Amino acid sequence: MGKLFAAAVFVITIVSVAIFVMHTWWLPIDISTTGPAIDHQMDETMIGVGILFLAGQLVLAAFVWGSSNASSGRKMKIFPGGATPLVAGAIILVGLEILTLTFVGSKAWGAIYIAPPAENSLKIDVQAEQFAFYFRYAGPDGQFGALHPDKIDDGSGNYFGLDPANDVAARDDIVVGSLTIPVNTPIWLKLHSKDVGHSFYVRELRVQQDFVPGLEIPVHFTATQTGKFEIVCTQLCGLGHYNMKAYLEVVSQDDFQQWLKTQAGQ
Amino acid sequence: MQETSPHAVHQHAPPTSFIRKHVFSLDHKVIGKQYYGLALVAVFVGMILSWLMRIHLAWPTWPIPGLDKLSAVGAPAGVMTPEYYLSLMTMHGTIMVFFVLTNAPFAAFGNYFLPIQIGAEDMAFPRFNMMSFWTTFTAFLVMVAAFFVSDGPPISGWTAYAPLSAIGKDAGPGLAMGQNLWAISIAIFCIGSLLGALNFIATTLDLRTKGMSLSRMPYSTWAWFVTAVISLLAFAVLLPACILLILDRTAGTSFFIASGLVLSDHLQPHSGGSTLLWQHLFWFFGHPEVYIAILPSIGIVATILPVFARKPLLGPRATIGCMIAIGFLSYMVWGHHMFVSGMNPFSANLFSVPTLFITIPATILTLLLSATVYGAKMRFHTPALFCLGFISVFISGGVSGFFLAQPSLDVYLHATYFVVAHFHFVMAVASIFGVFAATYFWFPKMFGRMMNDTLGKWHFWLTFIGVYCIFMPMHYLGLAGNVRRYSAFVDDYLIPLIPVHKFITIAALATGAAQFIFLFNLIWSRFKGPIASDNPWEATSLEWSTTSPPPFDNFGGRHMVVYQGPNEFGVEGSANDYVMQTSPEKIVTR
Repeated sequence: MGKLFAAAVFVITIVSVAIFVMHTWWLPIDISTTGPAIDHQMDETMIGVGILFLAGQLVLAAFVWGSSNASSGRKMKIFPGGATPLVAGAIILVGLEILTLTFVGSKAWGAIYIAPPAENSLKIDVQAEQFAFYFRYAGPDGQFGALHPDKIDDGSGNYFGLDPANDVAARDDIVVGSLTIPVNTPIWLKLHSKDVGHSFYVRELRVQQDFVPGLEIPVHFTATQTGKFEIVCTQLCGLGHYNMKAYLEVVSQDDFQQWLKTQAGQ
Repeated sequence: MQETSPHAVHQHAPPTSFIRKHVFSLDHKVIGKQYYGLALVAVFVGMILSWLMRIHLAWPTWPIPGLDKLSAVGAPAGVMTPEYYLSLMTMHGTIMVFFVLTNAPFAAFGNYFLPIQIGAEDMAFPRFNMMSFWTTFTAFLVMVAAFFVSDGPPISGWTAYAPLSAIGKDAGPGLAMGQNLWAISIAIFCIGSLLGALNFIATTLDLRTKGMSLSRMPYSTWAWFVTAVISLLAFAVLLPACILLILDRTAGTSFFIASGLVLSDHLQPHSGGSTLLWQHLFWFFGHPEVYIAILPSIGIVATILPVFARKPLLGPRATIGCMIAIGFLSYMVWGHHMFVSGMNPFSANLFSVPTLFITIPATILTLLLSATVYGAKMRFHTPALFCLGFISVFISGGVSGFFLAQPSLDVYLHATYFVVAHFHFVMAVASIFGVFAATYFWFPKMFGRMMNDTLGKWHFWLTFIGVYCIFMPMHYLGLAGNVRRYSAFVDDYLIPLIPVHKFITIAALATGAAQFIFLFNLIWSRFKGPIASDNPWEATSLEWSTTSPPPFDNFGGRHMVVYQGPNEFGVEGSANDYVMQTSPEKIVTR
């Protein structure tokens, strides 16, 4: 029975690791300037943790295999050196791994969340609501209109609660249902929620950030490739959560200027 | 062996009426069995909910026979609506975390065996003990009642994030009376858990019999004791959090609701609350809760494994030290659930480092358990298999924590199936393997009959392979960016991943079916199993020094005196290869 257990653990371990190694299911392409650091961190962690996983499972399997030897004359053995080398080894090896991961990982985290956004970033307001995202650009005047929650009216398309009648800056604000951005340009999103918690997740940007009702949350990134990508909600927000999505369209600088002009003219 | 120990005496007369004997009993053994029974009902409810969810995820248009009877609105013609999926998901998580993972390894086995393992006649406060069970039972009834209210169970998940959970019916279906019942149930549950935790702590500190020093306590008792301390601090925070949530929902307060929110076209009449406050309070409870679920199982495995390895646990002091270290660190890491929540990004590193540090005591525990098997002459009975399975799944669940503890990786993996895989392996499956090991191990003591070992082994193999088939692929889904808590996968990115979900669903159905072997074995053995001797496994701790099952006062009027630690296996020169804790025999060599 012990040998069967050892064999089962061995097979499970090897098959599990093989699927990871073959990248059968893996992260999609990375299209942001901060993505490579995250992917590098993921690879480092995968290797370190993979070794721990393999070692932990295979050592268990080997010990169980050995303990199932039925020869009656066999003497019981105590682990060589007792507990002390195991405890010391775990503290040193896992401790080193922790320090390495923390040192490398905190740089990747800092680049996304602690470094300030570039001054010349394109600022875009994002409003999340059950179950849609809306995006607001400042328009030709470069100014965002003020937000008035009491004026929010989805029926008339006033998703942000703008007051164009009394607020000049709001009159040329561009409000759309998908996020169009120029490639290789720093983007600075400001996330607001109309109702409950939501999240902004673009796998290819390696960016995920919650919308927190009552707070304005900044997110900044720079996309390095053109294309169309999904923005999905990852914070449980109600019955339509599974279908709450929008699209990120990364276009060339020229196409973006053209798009902006078209939108401003509407 | 039968000297008088004034510390071990806690006397109350045996009951005579049926009600006092079996229903409102003060006897810790009956209460332990009541907790076990409640957890057993809860785990099958929770498991069937997971079946329904898994079937829906794999084949969303399939009608599930009979589901429309449970909720004609939630599942018209047997096909569940998106909101009903979320309702079932909320109830699955809540029932499993609170009524199974908290109740079974801690309250059930702890109640039954902690007093016996320290040589006491009962808990320190038997009436509190009875109250704690019946409070928990009431909480379960209130929770289950949410299935039968008009708007159905809540849809906000077991974490009940505000303001979705705080606003009321404007936020969506299930968020009116269903969410009220959820919050009230959890508040009641907290009261029961606090009473239980106090009792465990007082009992361990005050009622140990003569010779039962702290260092001679079995590892399971140590684990229940540390878990009780964690529970006392954790539920003491969740209780007021739930009360504030109930006030937000019913009394017009705004603890968790910010101003200016518009739901269902209504500007909500709240202002000044903090959404993140709920998350901080919830996770201040929620992360220690992970250890409330897993520590008892670690202690149980550390107790049971040496019995079947026939050698002492390697590093007994390190084992206890690691359990205490995990308990201590569990209070410093709650923010790792909130890396993408919008809290100050500097705090992410502060929460990441202690989270990663927890892996050190967890690794040491795993190594010590594995190294105990080294060179052993294992007896591969069912409890031993579940202990070995525990080590394997604990490793699998533990290593994925390295990813999620790092904010820069969590930013990609957060809210994906990678997280589902991680917490199911490390918190749910590992904990349940401890419960299975405990059940097969202690059943003879609790009921005086042996469980069927062949059926037990079938149960083990199907479950062990099954859980790997269910949860290992979820890591791959998470890496691919498959978001959790979706009731269907409808977008272009996720549709190609549906075949993996179908595989998981088939594995979940098969593994769930295997649990009926366990249920059958449990019921059959209760009445037809071979009669158990007092010490069928040749174990050393005090429960094996009394009859199976123990008498009302546990030791038949004897006051036990302890001479040994719980770890005396593989003793050379002894009549057996082990020395009971109550044996005054001098151990010269091992």
